[in-house]
Amino acid sequence: MKQNTSARTALKVDKLVKFYEGNPLLNGLSFIVGPEEIVCLLGPSGSGKSTLLRIIAGLEPFERGSVTWQGNDLLKVPPELRSFGLMFQDYALFPHLNVFENVAFGLRMQHISETTITQRVNRALERVGMLGFAKRKVQKLSGGEQQRIALARTLAPEPKMIMLDEPLGALDRKLREQLTQEIRQILRTTGVPAIYVTHDQEEAFTLADRILVLSNGRTSQIGSPEDLYNHPATSWMANFLGLGNVIKGVVLSIQPLIVRTVLGDIRCPPQRLKQSVDANIIILIRPDGVEIAHKGKNSFRGVVEDCVFQGDHYRTVIRVTGESFVFNLPDKHLPGNEVILTINEEKVIFLK
Amino acid sequence: MKSDRGWISIWQSIALWFVPVLFLGIFFFIPLGKIINLSGIFQHGLQLTQGEWGAVVRPLTFTIFQAVVSTVLTLCIGIPGAYVLSHFRFTGRELIKAALIVPFILPTVVVASCFNSLLGPHGMINELLMTIFHLQSPPIALLNSFWAIILGHIFYNTSLVILVVGEAWSKMNPNYETSARVLGANRFQTALHITFPLLTPSVLASSLLVFIFDFTSFGVVLLLGGPAFATLEVEIFIQATQMLNLRLATVMSLIQIVMTLGLAAVYAGVSHGQSFELTPHFKRGEALKSSPFPQKIFSLGVLTVLFMFFFTPLIALVTRSMTSYQSGSSIGIPFFGGASWSYYSELFINRHGSLFYVPPYEAVFNSLLFATITVFITLPLGVLIVLALRQPHRINRILDPLIMLPLGSSAVTLGLGLLLAFNTTALYKIPFPVLLPIAHGLVALPLVVRIIQPAIDAIPVNLAFSARILGADRWHVLRDIEFPLLKQPVIVSSIFAFSVSLGEFGATTFLNRPDYPTIPIVIYRFLTHPGQVNYGQAMAMSTILMVLCILSILCIQLTDQTNRERK
Repeated sequence: MKQNTSARTALKVDKLVKFYEGNPLLNGLSFIVGPEEIVCLLGPSGSGKSTLLRIIAGLEPFERGSVTWQGNDLLKVPPELRSFGLMFQDYALFPHLNVFENVAFGLRMQHISETTITQRVNRALERVGMLGFAKRKVQKLSGGEQQRIALARTLAPEPKMIMLDEPLGALDRKLREQLTQEIRQILRTTGVPAIYVTHDQEEAFTLADRILVLSNGRTSQIGSPEDLYNHPATSWMANFLGLGNVIKGVVLSIQPLIVRTVLGDIRCPPQRLKQSVDANIIILIRPDGVEIAHKGKNSFRGVVEDCVFQGDHYRTVIRVTGESFVFNLPDKHLPGNEVILTINEEKVIFLK
Repeated sequence: MKSDRGWISIWQSIALWFVPVLFLGIFFFIPLGKIINLSGIFQHGLQLTQGEWGAVVRPLTFTIFQAVVSTVLTLCIGIPGAYVLSHFRFTGRELIKAALIVPFILPTVVVASCFNSLLGPHGMINELLMTIFHLQSPPIALLNSFWAIILGHIFYNTSLVILVVGEAWSKMNPNYETSARVLGANRFQTALHITFPLLTPSVLASSLLVFIFDFTSFGVVLLLGGPAFATLEVEIFIQATQMLNLRLATVMSLIQIVMTLGLAAVYAGVSHGQSFELTPHFKRGEALKSSPFPQKIFSLGVLTVLFMFFFTPLIALVTRSMTSYQSGSSIGIPFFGGASWSYYSELFINRHGSLFYVPPYEAVFNSLLFATITVFITLPLGVLIVLALRQPHRINRILDPLIMLPLGSSAVTLGLGLLLAFNTTALYKIPFPVLLPIAHGLVALPLVVRIIQPAIDAIPVNLAFSARILGADRWHVLRDIEFPLLKQPVIVSSIFAFSVSLGEFGATTFLNRPDYPTIPIVIYRFLTHPGQVNYGQAMAMSTILMVLCILSILCIQLTDQTNRERK
């Protein structure tokens, strides 16, 4: 990924270090955001995602590193002169101003004419489908409506970059799914880069050009949603993204590649990385990586512990020698029954 | 959710209200009626001579003027204080937060003594300046001036502004200011367009409250302002007790009541949704140490002013009361002569052979006795009222504001009314001044109700429901679930009622008996009599009362803390 030339870089965060109460919250974090690119920051709570946004916005000091915009250091630029948009999870709509005045706030700070302000506020409200709400009080709006107004307020001053801090976190699932699509549409049409903070990977997968997973103040992995899904770098990533069953094993032979695990000896697809015999490794078997069989290579026996209908499959918990594994099976199996499953070797992934 | 408590009938509501309404009716509304009756306003309107009009208008104008000046200056100190205390962490913050409660409890006579000991002719600063510069007379003549009154009012009300505005500021979503900054507003624009408009309701509410307190202030004006300045409240006292013009006094009382009630109504309107606690929970805030330099300097300045206002008068009082007294000598060198208990021991000696001499320990005993009786009057009444207010009955909408009325009317009016209503009855003729704790109870009752009520409202309805479903009847729910949860507010309100009675001065000036003086009355006697010994004794007695009050404060904060730990 060679985006590191300033022509293709809008924002660059370089070796950022931020301490919180004596402990490093961000520990040498580096990444770039390209023009028109949507980067999702994904990470467990407390990983410093929101702090990072506040640092980029200029609202929070940091100890070391730099934040640059198109090659210019932002250190001395106060937040009001950065022309970034930032939207909070709690929306922070000004309670003493109505919908119109909220959206107009950023425009008023630019000292532009009242006619232009009205036009641009209306355009922003139209964009989020709230044109008729201009005179309403913000406290009287529903959560979804407040979210749209907050988005309109962020968009109205036409920021150079948009940052959204868990903007859908306070909404129910159905509304969230709907608004994720709408936000995606709106962010695409604005044509400016965006950083979207979330802890919901579905949201991240829907919206992002690239996803940056934060853990312990560092980049755990950065890549496109497909990259992350198909090639999770570590067992932590696989667990965090909930990609499937993470299993420890020992290499038995190289040609063919066979790994001894609690599920038995598993034949795996050839790997680019050189493995040596007796090496300890970790593999990932996806939930859809098995099928019911009677016998054969790569098969193992287990007892059904639980079986839950999920629409197009049954989420089935299988117990094998004291450990539980989760697989998606096409048919229902009663708890207590024994099943034999065959692992599809194409669905086995090696982790670091 | 109150309608869910459908078990109560109108009869239960009436039963709960009966005693409190009877009490207020006899001891508040009948005296009020007496005042109205004596003012003759319904018989022939306000028939005042031109001289009398002047006697009313002059103090009224002054009352409003000093209240406006006091309120504005109080806000000037209180708002920066609210900002610093609600935004920053620093050593000593907890102490200042704890001290915010002090003015709520400290009696006016003590505050007067405090300022006297700091800035009076024999005060700490004057004596210090006289010693250093070898002056013959005290250089600072602040006492008995307009500014002394203002200073007293600032001392009393700054903490109110800090509590109300600080609470609102602390609760304000920081993302409002952050959003404004990101949307292009600089610090100044953010303050102008976001922070101040959002704080306006709390500033308005606290200003009104401060204005009401300044408007009805009695002790501060009488003791710090001296004879040259009279507010309406002081003028009522003078007309009733010195000029013996009861009709004029009642007319003034009436004007006073109408104005305070009007202000209280406006306050009720703007204070909607405003809340504050006596021991504030202000958010943790950022460390002042790591704040930018200008912020640090500003905060330190504000804290210094707060310290000067809250602590130096208290320190001066204690120091002054223990400065050695040399009989017969002139002023001597204060503060450097070492601590002495001579003023305290002087309290036990009747040098002038006065007929009205009462040993101070008797005054302490009287005060404690009245305070205890006050608690026994207000607590049961308060609990009954709170229980009654919980019932979903229309009658509450009328009775709720009515029980708050004694808080709105001035203590002097209260005392005057009680005197007028009962001076011919057996209640007044018995040797023991029973009207005194009753008056104190009237002043304390609204506070007791307002302390217990939020606590009882905060008990989740489902708690009672769960208990009922588990087989408890209504009485058991009350006894085993709700009363144990109310222990803390009941203790706090008792201490409050106790302290109100300890320091009450306005009503007491009308109702006390020479043979049953309370501590504030004794201090007042000492303060208004010339001489170093009297002055020193006033300081000593004030220190005793202050210690009693600070003990009460500690009790309140200890209960509050254990309660918070339990949560």
